[in-house]
Amino acid sequence: MTDSTDTPTTGDARARIRAFLVPHMSGQAITDTDDYFALGYVNSLFAMQLAAFVQEEFGIVLKPEHMDFDNFRTVDGLVRLVGTAA
Amino acid sequence: MTIRTVGVIGAGTIGRGVAQSFAQAGYDVVLVDVSARQLDSATEQIARDLLVLLMLPGAAGRGGGEDPARVLARIRTATTAAALADADFVVENVTEDWAVKRAVYEEIDGVCRPGVVFGVNTSAVPIARVASATGRAPNVLGLHFMNPVPMLDTVEVVRGAATSQDTLDTALALLGALGKTGIVVRDAPGFVTNRVLMPTINEAIFCVQDGVATAEQVDRMFRGCFGHPMGPLQTGDLIGLDTILNSITVLHDSYRDSKYRPAPLLVRMVEAGLLGRKTGRGFYTY
Repeated sequence: MTDSTDTPTTGDARARIRAFLVPHMSGQAITDTDDYFALGYVNSLFAMQLAAFVQEEFGIVLKPEHMDFDNFRTVDGLVRLVGTAA
Repeated sequence: MTIRTVGVIGAGTIGRGVAQSFAQAGYDVVLVDVSARQLDSATEQIARDLLVLLMLPGAAGRGGGEDPARVLARIRTATTAAALADADFVVENVTEDWAVKRAVYEEIDGVCRPGVVFGVNTSAVPIARVASATGRAPNVLGLHFMNPVPMLDTVEVVRGAATSQDTLDTALALLGALGKTGIVVRDAPGFVTNRVLMPTINEAIFCVQDGVATAEQVDRMFRGCFGHPMGPLQTGDLIGLDTILNSITVLHDSYRDSKYRPAPLLVRMVEAGLLGRKTGRGFYTY
């Protein structure tokens, strides 16, 4: 089990992000660029769960500068967020 | 009475959401919990959820545009009910256990000023029972907030037999100040939300138990045929199957109607520790 405060490699972060997202997508597959909010797989309530996940899984303390919705809408966005904020 | 300070008892999932909602609307909040660790966790989650609100479309309408630090500064935490002496309105969200709730109400009835309204956030305990544990029955009503509190604009408000019109008006106005609408229902076990939702989930579990369909099929049916965002078994896993079992059992005991008898599969799953998201496995694996 990796220590969540290790700086994750991009591939590792992507895998962990996907592992978290997949069960919430109502059985729909998602690409790295699919906007699951726009696609209606999740609603805005899910944003809070995403923020909690990012914090707990990667040890990131979110700040106002991180809070651009584009960082949360896609797998790529989350990978980018984790890369810059870790 | 002008409400400036709101007391929130219980810093669990619902309590922290209630505290956040009031603070966002400009109220001073005293958040009380026996556990300092729960209070720390609550403050941390509120801070994070306020940040999330900053970026969500339409957030400003929900008071989500303000600097999170300013909102947080309105929330004071405490581990004793004595901190509620200055509260103008109290919302109680402790665990759904009458013995625990009764002790809380007996204490705050002595701490809080006369006339301060107690909003009981319960889905299982009759409002009349709570009211009779206090010396202020006309000031007691049910305020059933649901998760996630800051994001939902509707609250089930329960009028007890003794609840005064003044108390009702005060509570509804306060909810209005939060940007929420209270729907007033009468005091009966399960009110509306639990009484309808719990047997729905229970019946969905019977369908799986009896081999009529798989969990995935049941949930897809609700999403695809009814347009529900989430099917009943997903909802059960989200709420917690132990909570579902507890709620349906309370309905069964209250109404003595076999339509509320818990599905044996539900009982077996709870006994096996398969509670849903909170334990990583329920009808789905997380």
